[in-house]
Amino acid sequence: MAQALNLADFQREPGAKVACLVVAVLLSVFALYVVSETYSATMQLHMYLIMAFCYAAAFWLMTRSNEKPAQVNADGTPNYNEAVVRYGVAASTIWGVVGFIAGLYIALQLAFPALNLDLPFTTFGRVRPLHTSAVIFAFGGNVLLAASFYVVQRTCRARLAGDIAPWFVFWGYQLFIVLAATGYLFGVTQSKEYAEPEWYVDLWLTAVWVTYLLVFLATLWKRSAPHIYVANWFFLAFIITIAMLHVGNNLAIPVSLTCPQSVIVWAGVQEAMIQLWYGHNAVGFFLTAGFLAIMYYFIPKQANRPVYSYRLSIIHFWSLIFLYIWAGPHHLHFTALPDWAQTLGMTFSIMLWMPSWGGLMTLSGAWDKLRTDPVLRMMFVSVAFYGMSTFEGPVMSIKAVNSLSHYTDWTIGHVHSGALGWVGYISFGALYCLVPMLWRTPLYSKRLVEWHFWISTIGIVLYMVAMWFAGITQGLMWRAYDALGFLQYSFGETVEVLHPYYLVRAIGGLLFVIGSIIMAYNLYMTARQGRVPAEARSRDVAGDHIGDAGAVPAE
Amino acid sequence: MQMSHAIFERNSIILLIGVLITVAIGGIVEIVPLFLIKNTIERVEGMRPYTPLELAGRQIYLREGCYTCHSQMIRSLRSEVDRYGHYSLAAESMYDHPFQWGSKRTGPDLARVGGKYSDEWHQVHMKNPRNVVPNSIMPGYAFLSEEVLETEEIKDLIKAHRMTGVPYDDEMVENALADLKAQANPDSDYDDLLNRYGEKVSVRDFAGDGPKVTELDALIAYLQMLGTLVDTDVYGIEAKLQQ
Repeated sequence: MAQALNLADFQREPGAKVACLVVAVLLSVFALYVVSETYSATMQLHMYLIMAFCYAAAFWLMTRSNEKPAQVNADGTPNYNEAVVRYGVAASTIWGVVGFIAGLYIALQLAFPALNLDLPFTTFGRVRPLHTSAVIFAFGGNVLLAASFYVVQRTCRARLAGDIAPWFVFWGYQLFIVLAATGYLFGVTQSKEYAEPEWYVDLWLTAVWVTYLLVFLATLWKRSAPHIYVANWFFLAFIITIAMLHVGNNLAIPVSLTCPQSVIVWAGVQEAMIQLWYGHNAVGFFLTAGFLAIMYYFIPKQANRPVYSYRLSIIHFWSLIFLYIWAGPHHLHFTALPDWAQTLGMTFSIMLWMPSWGGLMTLSGAWDKLRTDPVLRMMFVSVAFYGMSTFEGPVMSIKAVNSLSHYTDWTIGHVHSGALGWVGYISFGALYCLVPMLWRTPLYSKRLVEWHFWISTIGIVLYMVAMWFAGITQGLMWRAYDALGFLQYSFGETVEVLHPYYLVRAIGGLLFVIGSIIMAYNLYMTARQGRVPAEARSRDVAGDHIGDAGAVPAE
Repeated sequence: MQMSHAIFERNSIILLIGVLITVAIGGIVEIVPLFLIKNTIERVEGMRPYTPLELAGRQIYLREGCYTCHSQMIRSLRSEVDRYGHYSLAAESMYDHPFQWGSKRTGPDLARVGGKYSDEWHQVHMKNPRNVVPNSIMPGYAFLSEEVLETEEIKDLIKAHRMTGVPYDDEMVENALADLKAQANPDSDYDDLLNRYGEKVSVRDFAGDGPKVTELDALIAYLQMLGTLVDTDVYGIEAKLQQ
């Protein structure tokens, strides 16, 4: 089946190169047209960036050899495309630090409003989307990109499909990040949470994402083993579901071809449902399914043992992806969304507890290594945070609890226990695994990993506890009545009381930032002491055989 | 199970289709009926499309990311109704592209902020919120009163809204710019504007800065109409209230 379609080979024909050149030229001409017509300085900037991207791509294509990279090395091992994975690792490290610092900045703004500086592009409302997009899509997205490209090659024992396409995915995704981030700061936004980029940036991302799906699929087609490894199921579900959500949620009519604004086709109550169908499943499929794929590869690999139960991973996979999609309405309790939808959302959110926790059991065993291997410990703690926040989530989806927690900082704390603890730590663990593998050297310092782990763990705990106190305090104050039956507190009083919690939260965030800088330094030093093998001569590292019999589910 | 599941593991396209079907079900069941069931959006008196000035103000609201701190959705809880007014009806956001219900209240809900404060209060508040609310942590938006409102695309903006189903008629589209200017200038001839959008439309110098139309004019015009279109006294408040 795989050989018949052979998309991979198509990519390397000179014809493909010419086609890419033509597209680059056409796109740059269109960008030039928009530059000359638009009234928006931000859109002009964006079009210049797109033009620069096109010219750089054209230059790269023309100076590139027509010779195909070898599919296998002289010794018969696959000639893995590791260069694009190395770029992804570097990009995620850099974006991670940037996104965490942006988060620290807005956390400080809530404690000290003078830090908004009263300039348009430094206000909380514009920087907050920058923070969320930077950590979710720039940091998390690059980790997923790098990890999926690495894992799919190793588990399929085949070189990544395509020659130009993977690089378009990587650089196209970075351009998407830059367009989105600068757009927010200069006021180009759809004002849809976690889906802020405007129509033309959305279109660009769609092109990048479809290419990503094709590269991933075409690599699966090249596999020598008959079965697709469990991590790849999760990656595939992540890629295809995000595509569905992205397109469904962002359907919009541009005001004009030369205007950065667009009008979303959905409105009001239906849009609320669609937005949270998207928003909750950005958590479910971007931040969960994608990172579960990482968990299913790197933890067994680092622990050097297969996954606990193959049957359980099948149940985990299908129940998780089926149930997650339904949970969106728990963000809309007591709103104008019809009750039947709220009840459905609550019911499925509670059921979601089952696959979330069931999945953790697939990893039991290997506890003894936690004491000696800081990288493995980080990944195990990430799974513990995952367990904790997927326990807290269903609790918060119960209407009675939600009436108190919704709109408060409790939600912010919940998100961050998942984001810092689960997504952050499993990503850090994957980066600590990937850099030594990719640069063929041991980690520069395990002591620094210890420092990173403890500093950021204290940071996360401070953050979560502060937000629990802040959220519950404010929620109770909003609903407090005095003896005469009047509301007891003005809104302002319920803000004032949060100041100490906001301070503690910012300290927690600062510790997390410090930890990430320690990691960046450690990874940089590791890469510096390592060596990058020449592309065509790339060899398997000794013992690097996950994806071989050991970790592939029993057949 | 291992036998039957092999078909997904051995064929990426079947796996892909299986995943798509599995993830599509929940969305279809929860979303499609919202478009089909008639009483999802209750029939109410008073809803009308935003005037061009209000819509331009709403674009400022979107641009500044106000939704990151303010909700526009009063839940059907006693304490919310006592603080903010009648709980929000689905109909009240039926012309909101995009909706702005929000997810976090770092500041108060704004669904019914219209008419609660004077224009002067808003002018001072936007310049530096702490001048009127000492314990506020909101950023200052002094720059809004210095920026002349960008009106080049207002007609296309209304056209695009009409394409999504908002009932703007041809006259409203044609006169978008004139209507926008008229609403911010009480000395203008604004009868046509009122004919098109209704007698209740406020025509004022919202930012108090004379004839020029600034971003602050538009934003205050938007804030001052929020939640004022539907006479909520008509709808029984007790019906849905909890706690």
